[in-house]
Amino acid sequence: MKKPIIEIVDAIDTAKVYEELSDAKSGGICVFVGTVRDFTNNETVVSLEFEAYKTMALKEMAKIIDQAAAKWPLNKVVMRHAVGVKKVQEAVVVIGVSTAHRDACFEACRFMIDTLKDTVPIWKKEMFKNKTVWVSAHP
Amino acid sequence: MEVFLFGIAKDIVGKSTLDLSTLEVKPNSVKELILFLNDSYPGFTKLTSLAVAVNGEYAPQELHLNAKDEIAIIPPVSGG
Repeated sequence: MKKPIIEIVDAIDTAKVYEELSDAKSGGICVFVGTVRDFTNNETVVSLEFEAYKTMALKEMAKIIDQAAAKWPLNKVVMRHAVGVKKVQEAVVVIGVSTAHRDACFEACRFMIDTLKDTVPIWKKEMFKNKTVWVSAHP
Repeated sequence: MEVFLFGIAKDIVGKSTLDLSTLEVKPNSVKELILFLNDSYPGFTKLTSLAVAVNGEYAPQELHLNAKDEIAIIPPVSGG
C-alpha cells in the first residue's frame, strides 16, 4: 500500500479524490462521500457543525487504515474529514480506496467509514431552526 | 492537571478545558475521573457513553493518571 492520505480539513474538495486514488495496479476505485442531509427525524436541518480532537482523530484514522490493510490488499487510501459548519449538500467526509479487484474495494471502503463513525473522536452537532443537538449523545 | 473537553462535554461543563490541579482530592485513575465528572456535572450521567483518552489513546478504567498526561473527555462520537 502506498502512504495513505489522512487529513482533517476545513473544506473537502471531492473533485481531487479520483486523481489521488488513480493507480496502475488497481482495477477499481471506491469512494464514499458523506454529505449533509436536509432532514433528520422529520425536522429541517439548517447545517451541521463538526468538531475534532485532531491529534487523536488522525491517529485513530490511521489505525482504521492499518486494520483495513490487514484484511484486504489495498493500493491507495484517502481518508479525509471536514470540521466546522457545513451546509446542506456539502461534503463532510471522503473515504476512498483503490484495489486490484472490486470486492476488496467495496468491502474495505464500507469497513473504513463504518469504523470511523464508531471510533474516531469527531463530533457532529445538528443545527435546526430552533435548537441544536449533539448527535448520538443521548440514548 | 488539565482536561480537554469536546462536543457535548464542553456544553455540560460550560468550558473547553477543566483544571483539576486545584482539587483537594485529585482523581488518580480514569475510573476516579469519570466518578468525579458524574458527581460534579450530572449531565454526564445522561450520556449514551463516556470515554477518556490519555495521551491520545482510549484509556481503560484502571489506568493511573499522571500530572503530565494529556487527558481528554470523549463523549459519544458522531463523525461521518
